[in-house]
Amino acid sequence: MAEAETPVAPVEPASVRVYRHRLPTRLWHWINAVTLLILLMSGLMIFNAHPRLYWGEYGANFDRAWLVIGSTPDSGYLRIGDYRVETTGVLGRWTDAEGAEKTWAFPGWATIPTSYSLADGRRWHLLFAWLLSIGLTLYMFWTLLGGHLRKDLHVRRAEWSPRHIWHDVKEHARLRFPRGEAAARYGILQKLSYIGVIFVALPLMIATGLTMSPGMNAAWPWLLDVFGGRQSARSIHFITAWALVAFFLVHIAMVLLAGPINEVRSMVTGWFRLPPERAEGA
Amino acid sequence: MSEIMLPRRQLIARAGGLVAAAGALPLLSGCDAINDAPAVRKILSMGEEMNRASQRALIDRNALAREFSRADLSPYFRPNGTRLPAGAAYAAHAASGFADWRVKVTGLVARALSLSMADVRTMPQRTQITRHDCVEGWSAIGQWTGVPLAQILAAAGVRDSARYIVFRCADRLGDALYYESCDMVDALHPQTIMAWALNGAVLPIANGAPLRLRIERQLGYKHAKYVNAIEAVASLDQIGAGKGGYWEDRIDYEWYAGI
Repeated sequence: MAEAETPVAPVEPASVRVYRHRLPTRLWHWINAVTLLILLMSGLMIFNAHPRLYWGEYGANFDRAWLVIGSTPDSGYLRIGDYRVETTGVLGRWTDAEGAEKTWAFPGWATIPTSYSLADGRRWHLLFAWLLSIGLTLYMFWTLLGGHLRKDLHVRRAEWSPRHIWHDVKEHARLRFPRGEAAARYGILQKLSYIGVIFVALPLMIATGLTMSPGMNAAWPWLLDVFGGRQSARSIHFITAWALVAFFLVHIAMVLLAGPINEVRSMVTGWFRLPPERAEGA
Repeated sequence: MSEIMLPRRQLIARAGGLVAAAGALPLLSGCDAINDAPAVRKILSMGEEMNRASQRALIDRNALAREFSRADLSPYFRPNGTRLPAGAAYAAHAASGFADWRVKVTGLVARALSLSMADVRTMPQRTQITRHDCVEGWSAIGQWTGVPLAQILAAAGVRDSARYIVFRCADRLGDALYYESCDMVDALHPQTIMAWALNGAVLPIANGAPLRLRIERQLGYKHAKYVNAIEAVASLDQIGAGKGGYWEDRIDYEWYAGI
């Protein structure tokens, strides 16, 4: 992937192994996989304590919520703005593993712990938030100082051209992934999504999380101005969490489509087998 | 203070064991078994200590919570937790406009006090419009008027050996009267007041009449309502089950609730 670390070890002309992921990347990837899952599930538990989102500084039951997950005596629903959809069985009203009907927003299989405990959800969330923050900080330094950003994620001028981006979009849509030498480098969409996660989405999660802290508001009141108030920060935190879930789903789909064994192995051992070039005209 | 808190953890874990044969349940009850393991609880509680230590290091002891203008007030300030303390004694106080209400100030003080509401109102006052953040996630903005706790502690001559201030309340929740506590940093903070007015009117019963704590850099359950005793102590070991507060002792809410 990078000049300095492309010890090409040709096995046969058609199958070339490259050292694709250095140890910090692999380590951070798997720590994050666990950490983000725990943060998501414990976060959904915390959301269950007040399944309403607002914009602005304040917001409680008597104020207008832009998003609500609620229940009627016989159904569950999700309301976003004026758009309301029945979600019985999944959101707002669902049946737990013991057959008991519950009216918490997110079902037990999606939360930590599985039964309602705001206290425990917060304990998991606020501990693993540290792991995310420390890991992200270290990884950011490493991407900047270790050359990962400059060599692997840096978007070159030619890649910014709409034609190039559109080409990559079409190739992805046709499930035609780069092969041979081209597969050793990240495509433009990969670069943008990894940059987006590392430098936008995850920092945004941490910053909006801190904005919800009354203690941090006293230390850094400008956080409230940046996000437009505590309840706005809570809404942005929720939306960004789902953006990360969307990233995760696409990420998994791409891994499965591009060759799951090779992809996962490269994130474990670092070594990636370049898919052989297509035969001409294929 | 929060209304929907059901300490069903142990119950569910036990029930989970009984029906562990069904489908995805072994996995889920396995997760809850991890959640309940003492070693895990110990690790999880590290987060609270990291938050407390880092916030104490980062936040100046007198750094103020944001204060708002009257234009920012919530149209309706949501009451939470106890809305009406049970019992004839409280009802009688309410009927007489809390004329005989007393707030005892005891513990590690040079002069124990017994303050009437008239005493409280004649002390120096502070009015602040602040945001109340419930642990559940909602927020409401209200205007509070009251006497800084530091004034009360100074009047009582709080001793250097006091490390925590405990608040005793008149509302019974389940098996006990509500109680909370804070350290001296928050007790002496300029915005920490014993409030008797909300939005320019005498404090409604639902919001903690006649006197409640405002501790603006922490979450709602720390803001003890219906306060009738303030106690300076050196340790929280003898308070409730030793974790410093009603919910802390019962369902393991964090004692340090700055986040």
